[in-house]
Amino acid sequence: MTIMTEKAAKTLLEKVIKLSKADEVEVYLNGLVGGNIRYARNTVSTAGEEADLTLAVQSTFGKRTGVATINEFDDASLEKVVRRSEELAKLAPENEEHMPVFGPQKYVESKTYFESTANVSPEIRAQAAEDSIAPSKKNKLVSSGFLEEAVTFEAIMNNKGLFAYNPATNVDFSVTIRTEDGTGSGWVTRNYSDVKLLDTAKASSIAITKAKNSVDAKAMEPGKYTVILEPAASVGLLRNMVNSMAQRAADEGRSFLSYKPKEGDDPEKAPKNRLGEKMFDERVNISSDPQHPIAPAAPFGGDGYPRVKTDWIKDGVVVNMPNTPYWAKKTGVDYQPQGGNILMAGGDSSLEDMIANTRRGILVTRLWYIRPLDPQTLLYTGLTRDGTFYIEDGKIKFPVKNFRFNESPIVMLNNIEALGEPQRIDGNMIPPMKVRDFTFSSLSDAV
Amino acid sequence: MERRDFIKLGGAAGMGALILPVSGMAVSADQLLDRPMDVAYKKKLADIALNAAKAKGATYADARIGRYLNQFVTTAEKRVDNIVNTESAGIGIRVIANGTWGFASTSNMTPDSIAKTAEKAVAVAKANSKFQTDPVKLAPVKGVGEVSWKTPIKKNAFEVPVKEKVDMLMAVNDAAMQNGANYITSVLFLVNEQKYFASTDGSYIDQDVHRLWAPFFATAIGEAGFKQRTGLGNPVGMGFEYLDGKEEDKIRVSGANVGYKNSYDIIEDATAAGQQLKAKLKAKSVEPGKYDLVLDPAHLMLTIHESVGHPLELDRVLGYEANYAGTSFATLDKWKSGKFQYGSDIVNLFADKTQDYSLGKVAFDDEGVKTKQWDLVKDGILVNYQATRDQVHMIDQKESHGCCYSQSWRDVQFQRMPNVSLRPNKKDISADDVIKDVEDGIYIAGRGSFSIDQQRYNFQFGGQLFYEIKNGKITEQIEDVAYQSNTQEFWNSCVQMAGQSDYRLGGSFFDGKGQPSQVSAVSHGCPTTRFNNVNVINTARKV
Repeated sequence: MTIMTEKAAKTLLEKVIKLSKADEVEVYLNGLVGGNIRYARNTVSTAGEEADLTLAVQSTFGKRTGVATINEFDDASLEKVVRRSEELAKLAPENEEHMPVFGPQKYVESKTYFESTANVSPEIRAQAAEDSIAPSKKNKLVSSGFLEEAVTFEAIMNNKGLFAYNPATNVDFSVTIRTEDGTGSGWVTRNYSDVKLLDTAKASSIAITKAKNSVDAKAMEPGKYTVILEPAASVGLLRNMVNSMAQRAADEGRSFLSYKPKEGDDPEKAPKNRLGEKMFDERVNISSDPQHPIAPAAPFGGDGYPRVKTDWIKDGVVVNMPNTPYWAKKTGVDYQPQGGNILMAGGDSSLEDMIANTRRGILVTRLWYIRPLDPQTLLYTGLTRDGTFYIEDGKIKFPVKNFRFNESPIVMLNNIEALGEPQRIDGNMIPPMKVRDFTFSSLSDAV
Repeated sequence: MERRDFIKLGGAAGMGALILPVSGMAVSADQLLDRPMDVAYKKKLADIALNAAKAKGATYADARIGRYLNQFVTTAEKRVDNIVNTESAGIGIRVIANGTWGFASTSNMTPDSIAKTAEKAVAVAKANSKFQTDPVKLAPVKGVGEVSWKTPIKKNAFEVPVKEKVDMLMAVNDAAMQNGANYITSVLFLVNEQKYFASTDGSYIDQDVHRLWAPFFATAIGEAGFKQRTGLGNPVGMGFEYLDGKEEDKIRVSGANVGYKNSYDIIEDATAAGQQLKAKLKAKSVEPGKYDLVLDPAHLMLTIHESVGHPLELDRVLGYEANYAGTSFATLDKWKSGKFQYGSDIVNLFADKTQDYSLGKVAFDDEGVKTKQWDLVKDGILVNYQATRDQVHMIDQKESHGCCYSQSWRDVQFQRMPNVSLRPNKKDISADDVIKDVEDGIYIAGRGSFSIDQQRYNFQFGGQLFYEIKNGKITEQIEDVAYQSNTQEFWNSCVQMAGQSDYRLGGSFFDGKGQPSQVSAVSHGCPTTRFNNVNVINTARKV
């Protein structure tokens, strides 16, 4: 059984800890049971089921640490993995940045597990795929999709008294629906903890509409446009920005949050980073919260330290930056672990309102192949895909050819015109947003 | 698509961050030298899988017994962040039943478990066949009996002591920091795939595949900001001898960088990185406009990967990847016309899984097809794709190209890119010879930012080092360069390339594709090549 109860996980981890001869030992157990189905050209292509259970043992002697992992659980294997990690620790050079493991911790209640998701069979997956394929065929369109669900758990214990356990469920669905001649393409994605919320037929109807409406796209001049970004269009840029907020990189001068020296600064006393600076529109609020009801995260990170609700950007001001225990100690601040999700607060504009209030703009379904150009300005490039439409005088007028963009999320979050209701995407909550002066640099013929 | 962030570089925050994507059990250094599982025993286990599948009604079955070893050493500045050894072993069984693929895998290698896993694969195939409207047709492959093959390595990297590896990476970091870098991360990735393939066609193929990559990432901080430079070495299908850095493998471009052929002087490159970073901090920003570009092989390999390798994957062309990586502009009608001008008439691009030192080199692919070399673009014209056994009938061919690969025993094999390379000039001219005729141009070395649309028309590429070319000579380093083009337009602007002496392999260690996503490693050979009148943009921006 690769999904263990809290009691069974605790019993196993206690047994492993007892085998250790190291100064410090921490053990991490994670299990997964999952399945997937893939379809293309309106027929199923591949499908599979997987199950795995892995134990990692981290042993430390002084400042030398080694890690070994194993996926067998008889007594001899448990002994073996502990000895291996100790052997690796002795081979490793001393790490001056080594920090001790944490003692006992208290965690907020977990919201990540839904029993419904644990009961998905191959037949249910096949039917969910068929529910997406059938309406595509009926509309003389071609669907290609992917459905994957998993039940997971993780447990951590160390010889300083820490124990943490969390079960979780997740389901991801996405489908691309294209016209037979390849001149139109629509896409939709859904991500939930509870599989009961997934309706592949309903979701697919959005991709069907976009595929039909995107036929015969017109070419528009690249340049700066007001854009309405659906959540799938902004999540990539937002995630890249939040992942670039680490305090250490900023303090070391290699981040967009590194302090920009001003004239007359005393280099000894000037701050190292931009904590406390207002860098974005005051409507920008980004936080993490393990107990979010729609996009929950585990109540602890990989080191067993508790996750709690944390603001990163409040009213446009950078109020917290993630760090490591070592960097926190070195700089005399509290340890601030990375969050398990990105929650961006929204506003009261619906997508329809945003379109109705736009004189001239572009509606973007998603951005694709996002790559960094300059880590100092967080300038990224990438392309629109699967549903890009021109808006004029409050109405969608016609589909447009895809654009390449060269833009920074810092600019995007300074040029906000309106925000809508956040939706779950990739485990995060992101609102649709209307943004002025978004830079498109060239056209693409891709559909 | 290319995955650069596949394995997190730098310090890990807790063990959750240490779990590598190629998950498996970590083993001690000496245990990595254990003798692989006896071939006769592997044959016995494989036959159990094949027989169990046939008994349940499979019309075809293959079994892959794999043992995948990895070692990762990660360092930053003066410290070692991680030393991790992993091993993953198990069996993956693929079947055709009712004309439908089924797959199941297990790490439990008892005969009973293997038989049950084979039955599960057949059950999955039968369940899915309810909605199957396009039955699988396999190109014939004649069984080869019991054969074996090994990457021709000279120095098994797993046998090199950990201390020697750590010392080397510390010397790399020191060289970069002594010469201008403020920060550096350096990593050593070692991969050994021990894979045994058996099929109902009568093949029993034992292969031992080795790969190595030693990347670094250096940063220098200046008054106005910071600059970064990655190493110019390549991932290779070689042993530790790649790091010998022999003089005969160095190609010097006057006024610019040193390129590396079949061995890599990583200390020399780290030293140069430090010096070049200092120059980058002071370099002038490029004036946007049209330029003649001269692209070095460690850069052009990625452009080939994205603008030739991916669009000519037949599964993309047919729509099997539509929901993830995308489809392709290189549609069947263009190929069938026999007139589609992919590039100028000096452009010859070929595919293979046979080039020495390449990441793609094996004797047989992951469905038992003997590997070979074939043309993709000949004298500028699109002539073929990359295909597997179940695809070739769709392009009216009878023989698979041998492009099937799976990242591990646990994942199902599917079409993956072979090596895709640009043939050198028949006249053996040098990189300097290519540069000497350029009046106003830019020379670009190393791989930087890269982005391309889902049908592979519009792309934008950066690089590591940019040099201005004036009147046939490299003058100075410049910064903030990226070029934007369209695949067909770009390859038709190719006007000259260097010859065989300049030809080098570059590569991608973590190329991602498929759902669930799998990685593969692939090389791209090319000489220094010139493209005329390409649109260059400036990537600096005030925010």
